[in-house]
Amino acid sequence: MTVVYVPGDSGARSVGADAVANALVAKAAERGLDVTVIRNGSRGMLWLEPLVEVVTEAGRVGYGSVAAAEIDELLAAGMLVGAASPNCIGIVDELDWLTKQERFTFARVGVTDPLSLADYEAHGGLVGLRRAIELTPTEVVAAVLESGLRGRGGAGFPAGIKWRTVLETESPTKFVVINADEGDSGTYADRMLLEGDPFLLIEGCVIAGLSVRAEFGFVYIRSEYPDAIATFNRALDVARAAGWLGADILGSGRAFDLEVRVGAGAYICGEETSLLESIEGRRPVVRSKPPLPAIEGLFGQPTLVNNVLTVAAVPFVLANGAAAYQELGMGRSRGTQVFQLAGNVARPGIVELAFGVSVDELVNTFGGGTRTGRPVHAVQVGGPLGAYLPVEQLSLPMDYEALLAAGAMLGHGGIVVFDDGADMWAQARFAMSFCAAESCGKCTPCRIGAVRGVEVIDRISQGTDVAANLVLLEDLCELMTDGSLCALGGLTPLPVRSVLRHFSSAVPASPTPVGPSGGSR
Amino acid sequence: MTCGRALTPYSAEAALAVIREHAGLRGPLLPVLHALVKTFGYLDPSAVPLVAAELNLSRADVHGVVTFYHDFRTTPAATHEIRICRAEACQSVGGEALVASASAKLGVPVGSTQGPIALTEVFCLGLCGLAPAAQIDGQPVGRLDQSQLAGLIDGLQASTA
Repeated sequence: MTVVYVPGDSGARSVGADAVANALVAKAAERGLDVTVIRNGSRGMLWLEPLVEVVTEAGRVGYGSVAAAEIDELLAAGMLVGAASPNCIGIVDELDWLTKQERFTFARVGVTDPLSLADYEAHGGLVGLRRAIELTPTEVVAAVLESGLRGRGGAGFPAGIKWRTVLETESPTKFVVINADEGDSGTYADRMLLEGDPFLLIEGCVIAGLSVRAEFGFVYIRSEYPDAIATFNRALDVARAAGWLGADILGSGRAFDLEVRVGAGAYICGEETSLLESIEGRRPVVRSKPPLPAIEGLFGQPTLVNNVLTVAAVPFVLANGAAAYQELGMGRSRGTQVFQLAGNVARPGIVELAFGVSVDELVNTFGGGTRTGRPVHAVQVGGPLGAYLPVEQLSLPMDYEALLAAGAMLGHGGIVVFDDGADMWAQARFAMSFCAAESCGKCTPCRIGAVRGVEVIDRISQGTDVAANLVLLEDLCELMTDGSLCALGGLTPLPVRSVLRHFSSAVPASPTPVGPSGGSR
Repeated sequence: MTCGRALTPYSAEAALAVIREHAGLRGPLLPVLHALVKTFGYLDPSAVPLVAAELNLSRADVHGVVTFYHDFRTTPAATHEIRICRAEACQSVGGEALVASASAKLGVPVGSTQGPIALTEVFCLGLCGLAPAAQIDGQPVGRLDQSQLAGLIDGLQASTA
């Protein structure tokens, strides 16, 4: 029998992986070949999807960009013994693109069957949780603190301090809430982890629950991710049946359980207090802080709110020791970050590396430049609230503080590449219009500022009082930055200002009006 | 998001059964609203007072939540839905041109949920490495190009003709 992996990840499915898997089963049967197809996660080499891997004695041999119509031909050519063909990319684990990475969090994604507990344990799973059960909550929190792990949602707050605050806040009821409302364009690591290695998130959540003395948690997944919701729910059932969740976790006598909560299409719910309101069933309007959610969060109880990737990094920290995580990185950014290459890039995908790698290395060395083959013109780092970096800034290191100092931000590690066909002025307008559409409406700088921002940009586009309106736009950006309640209004000026600063040739100059082409709503 | 699933015709009795099924959850409102949309294909406005009464909320509370989110449509859903991503990663590889041609081919503006095929926008499907991306009847489609999109629309139109 030959084992063949065909990713069931929604990215692979979006380019025909289901048809490939079906064709493989059908054509192998026609030829009398004994094949078992496993739907794994994606390796994160998205330009090669659907990437079929055949288990051979030499290792897993990859066949990239496979179409269902090619399967019969590939089988005839000896694909099941790893025979060469134009699609063949050799032993997948030996590819430079993968061996150059430091895959701590994404170690199993694309490698294992996402819903196989045996596979999970065989590839190093559960070691962290077993260790956490042996330790006291204080010791686990100390390890998280020592690892230097910071919140991966974007704010970069030290995870250990948040965990300690929840642990030390006395209450009979506490909650863990996982933010999987991954709404930033260019980010998809949460989705791929939920679909490709859901047990890792479950393990991280259980460790978190035991450590802060919470017995229940919610994983809030956006409705735009139907595959992630389905896979994660199935993983919860499997884990519960195996005693990894429930009243007596792995025989420890301690309880923790999880429930999926599905979002309903609101970008603001990625903001932690809005997310809490959403779970409670109220209008998801941002809360004022204080009180911090760690002290008074979900239903008024102490709540640990963490991003998917934050909690998913913890099993590694406990299994391998805080030092093994802490020794990677630069400055105050420790460990690895799961970078996501997206947009107009030749080799899009997941690149997990220690902090400190330059934008240039990610975009050009790993990404291979633009997909269109035209020059890289702008790179947006950190989602719709992140700055557009010009080519001159690509030497910046991926580090929370270095990007902040350069007027940019790391965010959730998403990187969107644009070629020289991009209309940067239209991108600036889009940032304001997106904020206007998605503002929760609680604070005035965001609710009204974003609407006014679109209007001012349109006036500049029409050539109306350009000089005066540019001053007004700058003033508005300053007000939104300083006066908004949360990051939506507070960071929307980041992409706008980056266009004004670094792409001034795209900004209509007085007195010849230049209208923005389409590309914005 | 609606294709391939039999929808229940709306009735107050059926709505109450759905509401009561989820009423025991912690923070039940969002799961209840999702379940109503899943069952009937949309959120009938007459269900709002039922939800309010069952969950001990005011109608204003429920209305406020329903209208905040993009997902809770209050009119019956089209037979098919083409949902195209308009966020930055898809913009960088011609997503807007796809939106424009889909709108032209279907003869409806983006956001139209009337007629047999709805054309809606979405801001990120997490397929940013395979942009431009869309969801057709809930199924992911990546690296979408003009000819593929035209073919998909032809197929949907043929199935509803």
